[in-house]
Parts: sequence; C-alpha cells; structure tokens
Amino acid sequence: MAEARLQEGIAPARLDPADYAKNFSDLHPPFDRHEALVESDRCYFCYDAPCMNACPTSIDIPLFIREISTGNPEGAAATIFSQNILGGMCARVCPTEQLCEEACVREEAEGKPVKIGLLQRYATDIAMDRNLQFFTRRESSGKHIAVVGAGPAGLACAHRLALHGHRVTIYDGRSKPGGLNEYGIASYKSVDGFAQAEVDYVTAIGGINIEQGKLLGQDFSLAALADSYDAVFLGIGLGGVNALRAEGEDAPGVDNAVDFIAELRQATDLSKLPVGRRVVVIGGGMTAVDAAVQSKLLGAEEVTLVYRRGKAQMNASEFEQDLAAAKGVTIRHWLAPKRVIVQFGTVTGIELSYMQLRDGTLTATDATTVIACDQVFKAIGQTLASDGEGVELAGGKIAVDREGRTSNPKVWAGGDCATGGDDLTVTAVAEGRDAAESINRMLIGL
Amino acid sequence: MADIRNTFVGIKSPNPFWLASAPPTDKAYNVERAFKAGWGGVVWKTLGEEGPPVVNVNGPRYGAIWGADRRLLGLNNIELITDRDLYKNLTEIKQVKKNWPDRAMIVSIMVPCEEESWKAILPLVEATEADGIELNFGCPHGMSERGMGAAVGQVPEYIEMVVRWCKQYSRMPVITKLTPNIADIRKPARAAKHGGTDAVSLINTINSITSVNLDTFSPEPSIDGRGSHGGYCGPAVKPIALSMVSEIARDPDTYGLPISGIGGVTTWRDAAEFLALGAGNVQVCTAAMTYGFKIVEEMISGLSNWMDSKGHRTLDDFAGRAVRNVTDWQYLNLNYISKARIDQDLCIKCGRCHIACEDTSHQAIMKEKDGRRHFEVMDDECVGCNLCVNVCPVDDCITMETLPVGAIDERTGRIVNGQYANWTTHPNNPARKEVIEPAE
Repeated sequence: MAEARLQEGIAPARLDPADYAKNFSDLHPPFDRHEALVESDRCYFCYDAPCMNACPTSIDIPLFIREISTGNPEGAAATIFSQNILGGMCARVCPTEQLCEEACVREEAEGKPVKIGLLQRYATDIAMDRNLQFFTRRESSGKHIAVVGAGPAGLACAHRLALHGHRVTIYDGRSKPGGLNEYGIASYKSVDGFAQAEVDYVTAIGGINIEQGKLLGQDFSLAALADSYDAVFLGIGLGGVNALRAEGEDAPGVDNAVDFIAELRQATDLSKLPVGRRVVVIGGGMTAVDAAVQSKLLGAEEVTLVYRRGKAQMNASEFEQDLAAAKGVTIRHWLAPKRVIVQFGTVTGIELSYMQLRDGTLTATDATTVIACDQVFKAIGQTLASDGEGVELAGGKIAVDREGRTSNPKVWAGGDCATGGDDLTVTAVAEGRDAAESINRMLIGL
Repeated sequence: MADIRNTFVGIKSPNPFWLASAPPTDKAYNVERAFKAGWGGVVWKTLGEEGPPVVNVNGPRYGAIWGADRRLLGLNNIELITDRDLYKNLTEIKQVKKNWPDRAMIVSIMVPCEEESWKAILPLVEATEADGIELNFGCPHGMSERGMGAAVGQVPEYIEMVVRWCKQYSRMPVITKLTPNIADIRKPARAAKHGGTDAVSLINTINSITSVNLDTFSPEPSIDGRGSHGGYCGPAVKPIALSMVSEIARDPDTYGLPISGIGGVTTWRDAAEFLALGAGNVQVCTAAMTYGFKIVEEMISGLSNWMDSKGHRTLDDFAGRAVRNVTDWQYLNLNYISKARIDQDLCIKCGRCHIACEDTSHQAIMKEKDGRRHFEVMDDECVGCNLCVNVCPVDDCITMETLPVGAIDERTGRIVNGQYANWTTHPNNPARKEVIEPAE
C-alpha cells in the first residue's frame, strides 16, 4: 500500500504507481473492427432518425453507421466531420445517454440503444489516425476573421470559415489550444493527448493561425479586433467560477473544481498531484462529477458530492451519476454549504444546511450537518470572465440570436459564453459552425 | 405429445429430419455423430463409380452471403461427390446402418449416364442394406461438366432412362434428386415419375457466384484467382425450394408422388412449411453446417410443440394441407381487401414503414400527428401491399387486417361484398369469361 494512502490533509502519492495508469485509462475502450461491425448491424437506419434530430450538430447518424457496416469507415468519418469537425472529441465526451442514444429507437424497443458514441469514435479514430482530410478550402476570399478562444466553438468556427476560403487568426489565453477539451474534461475521457491531436487535425485544412497566451481584455480589446478584422467570433467560454458564499471559503484547501481538473489534465506525473484524504465536492453538474470521480481515482479515501437540490435536478446525466457512484463517490442531495470549518489554518470539515422547497423556492432549514474533510472543491457553475466589452449580455452571457450574432454587427459569439443551447462541447461546435456560416453569408453579401 | 415418426416411401425414421447428401454425410464419423445427435436419417454423400475417386480443389470450397450480425443466409460450394474410395464408403455405410437400424440410411449415387455403370454399382449399394438410393441429378458444378449431375437432371429423357435402369436393377426405393437449374421443375419430376421413381427430392443447389473479390476481381470462392459457379443453398433458397415443391405437389401429372423437401430448412418452422406444401419429409444441410448437428433438437421439439398446439397427432394430420391453397394468380380473390394496422404500443417509431411506403409505394403512412412523430396507416391510400409489415423490425407491430363484409374500402369507396371474384371474369380482362372459374 502506498505510504500516503491514509495521510491526513492534502497529499500526493496516495496510490501505488501502477494504479494511476489503471485509474486514468480510457473510460470506454474503443471498439475494435468486430465490435463495430456487430454494433453497426443493430442500427435500423430509421427514417428522419430520432438520434439525428437529438444531435445538436445534426450528424447523419444512420448514414454513418450504415457506412461503417458496409466496410466504409472513411465514408462514415466524412459524414460525421461534414457536420461536426470535432466529431472525435464529441464521440468521447458527449452525454450520448441524454442525446442521440436516448432518442435511439432501440432504447424504446429494448432499453439498449445502439452505441452511437463508440461507433462515431471508431470511424473518426480511423480517419484521424491516418490523417484523412475530407475538406478542401475554397479559393481565398481575402477576408480575415478573428476568433477568440481555441475551444470547441472557436475551432469549429475557424474550420468552417477556413473552408469558405477566409483567413482565420485564433487568439487563445492559455498556453495550449483546445479550451475545455484540453483543460476541462476528465482525464479518462480523453487520453493520449487526443485534444491536441484534434486541434492539429482541424487546423490541417489550412488558413488558420493560432496565437496562444493572448487573453481578451488583457492583451487586446474587442474594439481593436473589430476594427482590424472583417469579423470577430467570441468563443471565450466561462472563465470565472461562482463563489460558495459560505463562511471560510477562502481558506487553503478550498479550490475550484475546474482548476483541479485542468491541473490533472496537464499533469505529467499524477503521483505528484495532491488530493485530500476526505474530499467534498459542491455542485451537481458534469464538472462536479468529474472532480469527485477524479479525486477518488487519485486516491482520496472518502469523496462526497453535495448538491443543494434533488437527484432529478442534477445537471450531471444519469450515466455520470452512476459512474460516480460506481467509483465510490457518495452523492448527497438537499444540502448546501453554510460554513467551511477551518482549524489551525486548514480545512477540517464543512457544515451544510439541509435544504427544502418551500412554495417552489429553495430554502435552507435550521438543521445542519457536518462532513469532515480536508479539501473542498467548488463546482457550482462558471461565469463569463469578461464584461462583454460593449456587446450586450443577457443572463450573464453574451446575448446572441439564432445565427450567433451579437449586438455588434461585426461580432458573433457561441459556445458556453453565449446564450442559447446547453453548455456542452457538441453544442459549442454547432454554434461555432453556424456562426461561421452566418459570418460567411455576411462577408460574401448573401 | 405429437407423434413425429416418419415413413417415406416405406422407409421409417424416428423423425422427418434427414441430413442431405453433402459434406456432413461423407463418412461414418460424421454420420455416427449425426445419429447420436438425433437425426432421423441421412442421405450418404454421393458415391461415384469404382476406380480412382474424384479429386477436390485444395483451396476454398465455399462462398457465402450474410445478413445482419454476419448471420449466414446463403452458402455455395464447389465440392464434388465423395472423394473417398467407393469400397471404404460402402463398408462404412453397412456398419453405420447396422449400428443404427432405426434410422434411415439412403445412399446417393452418381455414375455416368450408361446402363452398365448403374448396373454395376446398384448391387454394391444394395449389399450395404441401406434403405434406399437417391439419384444425384442435381449437382450443378464440376460433375455436370463430365455429363453427370445437373447435366442429366436438365434432360428429362435422361432422367427417365436412368430411373428406369435403377428400378430394373435394384429392389431399393429410388428417390430422384432434381436440379432447380431448369425453367420448369415439373418436367424432370414427370420424367422421373414416368421412369418409375418412388419419390423425388428437391431442390439441389442453384448455380451461383456469391461475391466478387474487389481486390483481385476473382469470383468467390476463389481458387488461385479464379472462381467457378457453385451450388447455392441455405436460408436464402428456401422460397425457391418451397415454390418448386408446391409445383410438383399440385401438378396433376405428379400429384401424390412423394417429395423429400430440401432447400434452406433451418428451423422446425421451415420443416413444417415444407411438409404442409406437400413434402413427405425434409433434408437439411446448411443449417447443420452452420451450427452443428445439435439443431435437430430444436427442430424435433419445435415441430412437436407446434403440432400439439394445433392438435395434429401425426405428420399425416397436416401433410400437404397447404397444397390446395397454392393457385394461379388469376384465381386470387380480387374482392378480398386488407389494410395495414400499426400497433402503437409496439411501434418504436423507426419510421421505416413510412419511408418505404412514401418513397417506393403508395404514400399511405403518415409520419406525424398533432406535431409528434407518429406512424399510422391512411386507409384511403393503403392498397394492402404488406411492404410495411415486411420492413418493420418489430415482430407483429404491423399486421394486415381483413376488411369485413359490409365495410367500406376508403381507397376505392366500394363496399366489401364478401363474394369471390377473380381476374377470369374481371371487366378489365380482355379475355374475360362469362362464368367465374373457381380456384382448383
């Protein structure tokens, strides 16, 4: 047993070295050819397929599965990428159980949908491993567009703009491109540097230049971009983190779940990454689950995910909740943080109020409980880190219309930073792509 | 408990499931295993004349087509008759028959189309105490190039001649196996009957190329880059076999001639269908070659349970019951009207019925109701074609409902009158007759 397994406080190396690789390997191992053929035979090739309608990027799923089944995975990949150039990452991180696979008629028929995500991964992996490029840029338009943020929305937008012959410069605040694909996804969902490989695959179309370490509002302004480019797309995500608004939340040991996830993804040696012996994660979404599960996988003895409402209201999908439970995370509902208990400068526990719905309003009761812990992760939502720099906001996000247009006629926005759609990778891809089409229509005067 | 014992041209077997003359019946080892598994009889793989045996190719002998999940639907082969010594086969046949006296042992024979050849082999086979012989006039590949197999089966006069020799030089029951590679199956069946055959068996395999290798452009199965048409069998050929069996069963010239049904029998249900269409028993090959001999257990139990559920005590109770219902198109009742019905509780909303009807048929299935995905038949467009039933992936979800007498066919506005009427007297028929001809 690793020496630090039961060490109090926040400590690295809780596991035997071999366990790290095991714990952080691919969550869903990819299909081999036989598995893909067997699974593809299950697809009914539905008319006006419900899966396709459930996909935010409207991938022609029955067609690509039929292409797999007939020994044409390259054709399948082309079908996928024509709608979603980040189809490889979406195959890994999409909550398919809430999207295409929930809509699959075999879910209704047998409770066992076709494994669309894994089939999509099979086809896209084949194409990306061989660097098969399916798209050729149109003749240069002479237009130049600035894309802010090299996450899913920005990359999808840039690819589609490049396809139309426009030149694209992407500004990204981090040291590596990819956005949440690189920094915000649990490690076991995207292994072997896939996010960077995907950026290379997307930008291989040409005409896309990425400048890293350039942050909006710090290194340049939106007004300056709008002046010097033909159009601007904002795909800046949500860089801020909501506060607990609980006493003691500034204490060392209280961390942002998104930072923990990013640190974990970037770590070259997971045994050097410290984690609490007892961890409490506050929140009910995917980020909360990712942080909780990965705390457990790093060797935390007890991990409790605390959510202020009930199971049904959690943003994390049923699959994610089950995954957390299977990994040994305890999920507790109807509890909200009241006070982080700090002794001798370190976290020793968290006091939580029991919550209830009173006339439809969530309210704290007088009853409280304490969970002993040495680390608290905040995962109660992210906020726009920018004030919009002049474009109108709505509900804390950049206000956009159906095409992604903001209040500034030269500025479009999409992904998590913009209104409309769920905060999902696949939604960001759809919005980036559609904004690119809107920008293109404007630029060529359609 | 139903009695599934079978008597075919006087040959008794504990059930109507025989293994056809083919690789599974080439030697004692396989046949012993088959009898242990429960098969009612075998037709030993075709024997040739005395002398050096034929040789087979040393590369692939089989090609195939598959359905979903790589279920084998059709198999073809270019294997010839037995490539083992005649006397070795005869010795084994005799021993196996001795070991399994209650099972049917039929010996398939193919020798050149000369009287002396047949005269020579028949006593040798008879000496094994086998129950009967089957004349292989069907094998479509290889042997046919040497004037045997299908080359005989395609010339009714030859069939009649050889059958006559066999009846003349042997006391054994003669089953004449027919090739389907012919325009009208009734002609060789009639010839066999005229020659005095005790029964016919069909179908033998169908000329086929299962696929083309798109790398080498060789047909499959490929022998050093080339292929030859092989004999096609398996579930895919069942409908062809059923039709040919029924043609012989209802032909006045061959009516009552015993038929051993062959062609894609895979389950008890297939077997029951052959028996209902006039076969006295069935022969199985591809299903055993796909799944092994154990499938006979399912066939025995399935047939027996179905017979119990229908009150059939013996095979004779339902034998040939479907023959009278096979007729010519011109006698089909044009006043019979059916409409498709979709069971909304079973419907999984795949929409395949809709798109099949919309793109390729009669635009009779709606795809939406009250703004929701919903598939329902529109009776005013439905011609009752059954395509939606056939493409639906859920068993029994779409069924055909017969309109009762007095109901209005919303498509034509006509009332169902319940009277039989066929094409022979239809006003649109330029050769119509005054008085309606009933189906036979």
